[in-house]
Amino acid sequence: MSLLTTIFGRLIKAVLTLLAIAVLNFFLIHAAPGDPAAVIAGEAGAADPLFIAQLRERFGLDQPLYVQLWSYVKNVLTLDLGYSFRQGMPVYDLIADRLPATLLLTLSSFVISLSLGIAFGVAAAARVGKASDSILTTIALLFYATPLYWAALMAVLVFSVQLGWLPGFGYETVGSGYSGLQRTWDILQHLILPALTLGLFFMAVYMRMTRASMLEVSQMDFVKTARAKGLSGAVIRRRHILRNALLPVVTLAGLQAGQLIGGAVLTETVFAWPGIGRLMFESLEARDYNTILGVFLVSAAMVILFNILTDIVYRLVDPRIGAKS
Amino acid sequence: MTFWKRFATNRGAVIGLVLLAAVIAIALLAPVIYPGGPWKMVQRPFLVPFTTDGLPLGTDTLGRNVAAGLVHGARVSLLVGLVSTVMALLIGVPLGALAGFYGGYVDEGAMRFTEFFQTIPNFALAIVLVAILQPTLGSITLAIAIVSWPPVARLVRAEVMSLKRREFVDAAHLAGLSNIRILVSEVLPNAVSPIIVMASLMVATAILLESSLSFLGLGDPNIMSWGYMIGAARTVIRSAWWLSFFPGLAILLTVLALNLIGEGLNDAFNPHLTKKGRT
Amino acid sequence: MSDPILSIDALTIDLPAGADRPHAVEDVSFDLSKGEILCVVGESGSGKSMTANALMGLLPDGVTVGRGRAVFDGTDVLPLSEVRKQALRGARIGMIFQEPMTALNPLMRIGDQIAEVFAAHKLHSKSERRARALALVKEVGLPDPEKIIRAYPFQLSGGQRQRAMIAMALALEPEILIADEPTTALDVTTQAQILRLILALREKHGMAVMFITHDFGVVAEIADRVIVMRHGRIVEAGLAQQVLETPQHSYTRALLDAIPTGRVPDLQVITAAPALEIRNLNKIYRTGGGVFRPAREVRAVNDVTLTIAKGEVLGLVGESGSGKSTLGRAVVRLVTPDSGQVLVGGVDLAALDAKALRQQRHRVQMVFQDPYASLNPRHRILRSLSDGPIAKGVPKRQAHTRARELLDIVGLGADAATRFPHEFSGGQRQRIGIARALAMDPELIIADEAVSALDVSIQAQVLALLADLRRKMGLSILFITHDLRVAAQVCDRIAVMQYGRLVEVGPVREVFHAPQQPYTRELLAAVPGAGWAVAPEAVSA
Repeated sequence: MSLLTTIFGRLIKAVLTLLAIAVLNFFLIHAAPGDPAAVIAGEAGAADPLFIAQLRERFGLDQPLYVQLWSYVKNVLTLDLGYSFRQGMPVYDLIADRLPATLLLTLSSFVISLSLGIAFGVAAAARVGKASDSILTTIALLFYATPLYWAALMAVLVFSVQLGWLPGFGYETVGSGYSGLQRTWDILQHLILPALTLGLFFMAVYMRMTRASMLEVSQMDFVKTARAKGLSGAVIRRRHILRNALLPVVTLAGLQAGQLIGGAVLTETVFAWPGIGRLMFESLEARDYNTILGVFLVSAAMVILFNILTDIVYRLVDPRIGAKS
Repeated sequence: MTFWKRFATNRGAVIGLVLLAAVIAIALLAPVIYPGGPWKMVQRPFLVPFTTDGLPLGTDTLGRNVAAGLVHGARVSLLVGLVSTVMALLIGVPLGALAGFYGGYVDEGAMRFTEFFQTIPNFALAIVLVAILQPTLGSITLAIAIVSWPPVARLVRAEVMSLKRREFVDAAHLAGLSNIRILVSEVLPNAVSPIIVMASLMVATAILLESSLSFLGLGDPNIMSWGYMIGAARTVIRSAWWLSFFPGLAILLTVLALNLIGEGLNDAFNPHLTKKGRT
Repeated sequence: MSDPILSIDALTIDLPAGADRPHAVEDVSFDLSKGEILCVVGESGSGKSMTANALMGLLPDGVTVGRGRAVFDGTDVLPLSEVRKQALRGARIGMIFQEPMTALNPLMRIGDQIAEVFAAHKLHSKSERRARALALVKEVGLPDPEKIIRAYPFQLSGGQRQRAMIAMALALEPEILIADEPTTALDVTTQAQILRLILALREKHGMAVMFITHDFGVVAEIADRVIVMRHGRIVEAGLAQQVLETPQHSYTRALLDAIPTGRVPDLQVITAAPALEIRNLNKIYRTGGGVFRPAREVRAVNDVTLTIAKGEVLGLVGESGSGKSTLGRAVVRLVTPDSGQVLVGGVDLAALDAKALRQQRHRVQMVFQDPYASLNPRHRILRSLSDGPIAKGVPKRQAHTRARELLDIVGLGADAATRFPHEFSGGQRQRIGIARALAMDPELIIADEAVSALDVSIQAQVLALLADLRRKMGLSILFITHDLRVAAQVCDRIAVMQYGRLVEVGPVREVFHAPQQPYTRELLAAVPGAGWAVAPEAVSA
């Protein structure tokens, strides 16, 4: 299968997945205790009965379930994610407003954790059994056990409060009036702590996987062949072991994308990062279910996007995939 | 070397076991250590640790004993971790086993279903589920189980698929045993070790998930938990760091212990892989 | 062939503490002369590969050279630094391995993997490397060289991959080629081609070849000299012909005796009553397929009709992919055929539904290939042997008694019943497998490559057991094997399979001495050491 048909197939699958999530969302609304209209309006809001009645009519809540489902799914397909009565804005606009910040955070976190994780994993595997390997694996083990949000809080405490090196709050300096390069630099400074703390756990995951994979591949027959050719250790590691060892890491990275995006809720909450994760947290406090479900849907869409990206990378690296199936 | 001997020679695994035993002991003895419970206000708020007798870790924003909170919080972490893992196994093992054993459309269907759940960002789904079902111990446990089973299903499926091609399974067919008996008594017992390893790691992940939910205010409001303590202290991190620090440390150590045990089990189950010190 | 190019002197290789013995190789000395082919023969665990690995500096972790020297071109290569060993490897000593399927990097094009040898030794320009890779691909007889150098390993067959490996090993015209069981994983006709290729290349380039093998047939085919190893020591060395014809050491004699020779048995009187009748059996495998492309069809069993008489042993021979295993599995209904009949004792096994099938399973039993996978590692032997009879309705106590009896019959003793599979060796497990099949009182036994995974001496013991049981119990056996020599030894009739079809069926004597079909002739000619194994006295026997 060519790359194009692959991408095409993946896109169809993506749409189907999103549809299924929309259906799931619909049933979740109905699973919530109480009147669905009240749920949509924001349960704690004690909205007035007239308003609820209008809502019920608008969403056809007095109609049979399948009709409601159909209109809900249709709305989602036309990117109508409903209205946030709490914020007084359509959910779509709310999310569109916040999405860039989240994309910036998660993508930089993904790149940082993957590249550092692979680099450390390769380094540890090359020194297997030595002290530096033990130190690296121990650190990874600690990161692997550290709650994301706690790491974020501690980072704020140390690097922002105590040392004052980096801002520990927000997306940019409010009211600074920066623009252009200066603003970029400002945002970058604000990005460092959230991106790093979000990436710590994943860096540990990728590092452990890379190390294990490198060690496993280095036992394979073709590595012995490479040695029998008279290649040096460094060349064998780079050309033969690393490329083969990276395949499972790429697969894992794709699978972990969902967790990374879920983790952004915590990181954004701690750092008051104005992304969709923070939006979700705010909506939780306000019991703004429409917005929560909208964010949920969009975050799933982001995971699918990450998965397609890793899929393409995988296909570019492994010649067997394209030809076999 | 026997299994336990191999396990015991793994220093990390033994440390993990000791740590976990300590946490379990503390959780079990919580009502004895602090019979007053974690909610009682005992002193004025914001007492710094190591300054007041009887309050080794100080007091929180409402003057509650932080140490009592930690000790009682261990209960919910372990309980939710354990029960949600058992539930996830109850979903994942049968699904993966049937998919792997029968193949074909059963496999296709089960795997699409699993893939779907794996695509959904699991923490976001857990948030949505708990928020909609209202935060109780039960809904939190259920939500964690629902987001944790897909890897189990995949693992069991892969194991069963490779085991069912072994010749002893052919032999069992030729012996005239029924499919279900072959799956249960010939195939699955041979897949137990990787499942145990994964389960121990899942308990760790579940504890992290539970604490994250509580941190966001999605914990059971009637039960003291580590995540809640950190969440409640988040806004005062600048003035009272210890309120976030100690519960976080408790989570870290518990999760670390479980991970170390999981790795120790893995190494002990697969002695031929351990030589190179795989992680 | 007098001046040695390589001289190994009192080499001892230490195994790590905790291994089953202290030394992998002990006090081994031999010379390798320019242009000669030296075969190092031994069973698994004899240390035959370790010597070569030590020479290449490719010993596994924890295994070290204890004592001894290996003088190559005036220098002892064993204590050389890694950098100097690298300079030797590939350039002056080339090596090929057993598993062509895994010995090539799956992510690199064949041409690049060959060209890499030149790069490793900093020779030639990039375009020159490519040109030379192309020439090498041509020299080792790979088809369509332009295409091959751009192909990835998964696009090549096993034999083609081994040729590519040879191309790499020969790239820099080494003085020594070490071949570690290079044909063991290949089909017999492919094996014959690779052996011919190695002989031809030796002729052309004059390199010395150290050929490691377990197969005396291969020795007879290509060796100038032979070293026989056992438990890490050399037990016999000499010219190939001498060792083969007048072995001095008892172990060598035992090994040679254990080889199923082409000694063809006399015609057996066979009853007319059939134990198995296969009628027009078909099985098609469909792979791939999906929305975007049609499925690929493989006719694994193509209209096969075959009968086995009561008390007869029928050998089913063919190369990998010939469909012989599928046919065997279809007979026991581990594979459900698409059409056709499998009649055993008047019951058509191919037509039964799942429940009826379970009740009729006992009629045909199977002895499997892999002794390490055919017993459930978590069950005691007693359970493995009695689960079937109990499911069939035999009372538990009786099933257990019978299981102990059978373990005694296959030579393990009744005590084996309470032990677990991992406590037994490969040969012992195969005996347990036979006992398990017998426990069901079957009308037919299918032995699917039942001795292929065993060392020759063990193989001989298991074959002798089968022959003995057959005599005593009047068993009917469908004996599936890729090894014509084994088939000739134990079978009454032979059926040759190719591409899912039966090519030729007949009494062993006729098939061996007067094959009717070209494919059968090709197969017989490819048997390594054919001329030696089917010695004149054997033919007239």
